[in-house]
Amino acid sequence: MSTLSLKDLNKIPVRLASGHRLCAGCAESIIARQILMGTEKDVVVTCATGCFEVSTTIFPYTSWNVPYIHTAFGNGAAGCAGVESAYQSLRRQGKITKDIKFVTFAGDGATYDIGLQALSGAMERGHHMLYVCLNNEAYMNTGIQRSSATGMGASTTTSCAGSVCYGKKEYSKDMTKIVAMHGVPYVAQAAPHAWRDMITKAHKAFECGGPSFINALSPCPRGWRFQPEDSINISKLAVDTCVWPLYEIENGTDYTLSPESLKIAEGKVEKKPITEWIASQGRYKHLMNERWEPVVEEMQEKLDARWDYLLKLCKL
Amino acid sequence: MVNLANYKDLVIGDRVIKPGSSEEFKTGDWRSMLPVIDLDKCIDCLTCWIYCPDDCILVKDDKVVGIKKTHCKGCGICAKACPKKAITMVEGEE
Amino acid sequence: MTPAKHSDIAINGDCAVALAWRQIDPDVCAAYPITPQTIIVEKFAEYIANGEVKTEFVCVESEHSALTLCVTACSAGARTFTATASQGMAYMWEVLPIAASMRVPIIMAVANRAVSGPININNDHGDVMSARDTGWMSLFAENVQQAYDLSIIAPRIAEHHEVQLPCLMNLDGFILTHAIERMTPLDTHAVKKFVGEFKPLYPLLDVEHPVSHNLMDGPLFYFPHKYQTVKAMDKALEVTKQVFKEFQQISGREYNLVEEYMCDDASCIAIVLGSSFGTMKEAVDQLRREGMHVGVAMPRLYRPWPISDLAKVMKGKKSVIVMDRHLSIGSYGPMFPEVVAAALENEGEMPKMYNYIYGLGGADTMVSDFVSVYKDVKEGKAKRINYLGVRE
Repeated sequence: MSTLSLKDLNKIPVRLASGHRLCAGCAESIIARQILMGTEKDVVVTCATGCFEVSTTIFPYTSWNVPYIHTAFGNGAAGCAGVESAYQSLRRQGKITKDIKFVTFAGDGATYDIGLQALSGAMERGHHMLYVCLNNEAYMNTGIQRSSATGMGASTTTSCAGSVCYGKKEYSKDMTKIVAMHGVPYVAQAAPHAWRDMITKAHKAFECGGPSFINALSPCPRGWRFQPEDSINISKLAVDTCVWPLYEIENGTDYTLSPESLKIAEGKVEKKPITEWIASQGRYKHLMNERWEPVVEEMQEKLDARWDYLLKLCKL
Repeated sequence: MVNLANYKDLVIGDRVIKPGSSEEFKTGDWRSMLPVIDLDKCIDCLTCWIYCPDDCILVKDDKVVGIKKTHCKGCGICAKACPKKAITMVEGEE
Repeated sequence: MTPAKHSDIAINGDCAVALAWRQIDPDVCAAYPITPQTIIVEKFAEYIANGEVKTEFVCVESEHSALTLCVTACSAGARTFTATASQGMAYMWEVLPIAASMRVPIIMAVANRAVSGPININNDHGDVMSARDTGWMSLFAENVQQAYDLSIIAPRIAEHHEVQLPCLMNLDGFILTHAIERMTPLDTHAVKKFVGEFKPLYPLLDVEHPVSHNLMDGPLFYFPHKYQTVKAMDKALEVTKQVFKEFQQISGREYNLVEEYMCDDASCIAIVLGSSFGTMKEAVDQLRREGMHVGVAMPRLYRPWPISDLAKVMKGKKSVIVMDRHLSIGSYGPMFPEVVAAALENEGEMPKMYNYIYGLGGADTMVSDFVSVYKDVKEGKAKRINYLGVRE
């Protein structure tokens, strides 16, 4: 795992096959492929209901070359915990000898909203599992409705921008830190353009010896309104603007900025203004109207405050 | 009347026992633009491969050898990501 | 009274279920506490604490997670038990039909309790009746002994390779869960031998053979998958009969798809579920002494519904009284239409059918109440639907 060359990673057997029905340019499968490159051990995949679950398993086709299970929407973490509990029991009885890893993929709706309780429970109980939030910042599977991960000012089908409204009025929930406060061994924020960072984090998560959580930003061409070819660029822009800083938290308290965000913190790379983020996606297009200038200013202030707070936590 | 599957032909309990069977579902026909790789410009860095959402960059012996046309949805991420601009998106098929 | 056998014990229903579980020693147990089920999991937690079982015991944060965890643990290849009641079952409802369609033979004890609102912790069958259409089998115990026996019998039916359905084991809240009765347990070795090794189908943890579980079905596959469970339920009836026979061989205790009491020569019989069967037997005894030809029957299972055995017991009867401990507001009690439908099997011989809703939210129903039911029917005072004991 130390060198992480793409040529070596290419030799890991394909775990997520072609033929899934995610939209062209969707980042979810890019993230899942990278996460699964984080371990060469056997792995069992679980999913919460959502875009990723639906697209990869439309009967009679499955895109999974590894064992896979799904039950419902609000219980992704409990589903993974069940498989892990069976594993612990059968291994203790000597019926299984292999070292198997467990991962669950769930969208932001299934993580921040309806599945928060199950996630919190699984983290508290200490199951050896990695929970990955494929965070595309809204309920994309049901048609782009706002979630508590949706950014302020974004227009969704339930937080529409209109003549008297600038889109979603609330800021997103800081789910990464909420999970970290459970005191679990490993929590991180990641983004798919930073593949080396993502895979390294997945590896750490799989090997941390307890519950782990990776919140992965998943640019969504359809819901965010940008061209499919731009998913990776948008992912990078999220980090460059500090909308989505890359960092990790060990044991609930030890914060470390990841290389790309650290360069911004150290002033080696310029922190881009939020206006660039807004201009890059149709869901924020209405904010370019000067009428909403104060809103954009407030968004920048809030983002700066969050960034400063993170730097403090990272002791920078 | 639709022709429903015979229940006896289905594995018990909504399971699929053939791994990766979605390979049989060809998403290539979603495509309007096809990525074409200039193998002379290509340096086999595999950047396109790590970013391809559909695992459609064909690699053999550490070298990029082509596009899996049966499944490529034509998103264009590979063309944007290529550091050597070796991939261009063309309309229709080659 | 027959003298107690040397091995008899005094035990409440919840502890009897926990004892059966200890003897079976499942691989995984995930549960969330809810009155009147709590004693089951508390007792089982003691067994865990004292190393008496090898079970992975997971104290989840909700019933929704409890059942989810059981579904995936069982899919993974673990024999899995849980228990709930009332609001707990309501909260796990979303996962009930998923468990059945995923064909995982989970065993769930249900300490039957009224469903809110108003909130009420006492017994009726509101919780289990909500599971009617989910694809779970549903067994009913009349007393503590049966709660214990059925806990041992249930996995044998559920895990049969042509059944593979989850199973509810119902025991009336407080009436059975908390009441101490005399019971004859089986030897642990005999229980283990009877239940046998768990042989999962397509276990998820068989990583050499990756299987995908619970996919998205379009209209072409949803219906055939549902039909698979229909056939499994049909098979379950057959398997249940066979397992009852085998259980009788090791225990001497006889179980039937429909339990009958004084039905043979009766002109009027009642159909009832759960602990009230015992109370009604007392009422029958009393009325028989008065010369009335009455009887009572209890379907051992609510799902699969033992249609032909029920038809047989109703054949030639003048009147049939269906006792429902739940109500479907705006219609008959839930069991009534199903008993009427079963009677249709007797080609043209339809008894007079009466429906009594009784004992909701723990409303006490005494022998004298059941006596009055039979008498009201005989004297022509009964309506089609009657609400026993409600003052109007």
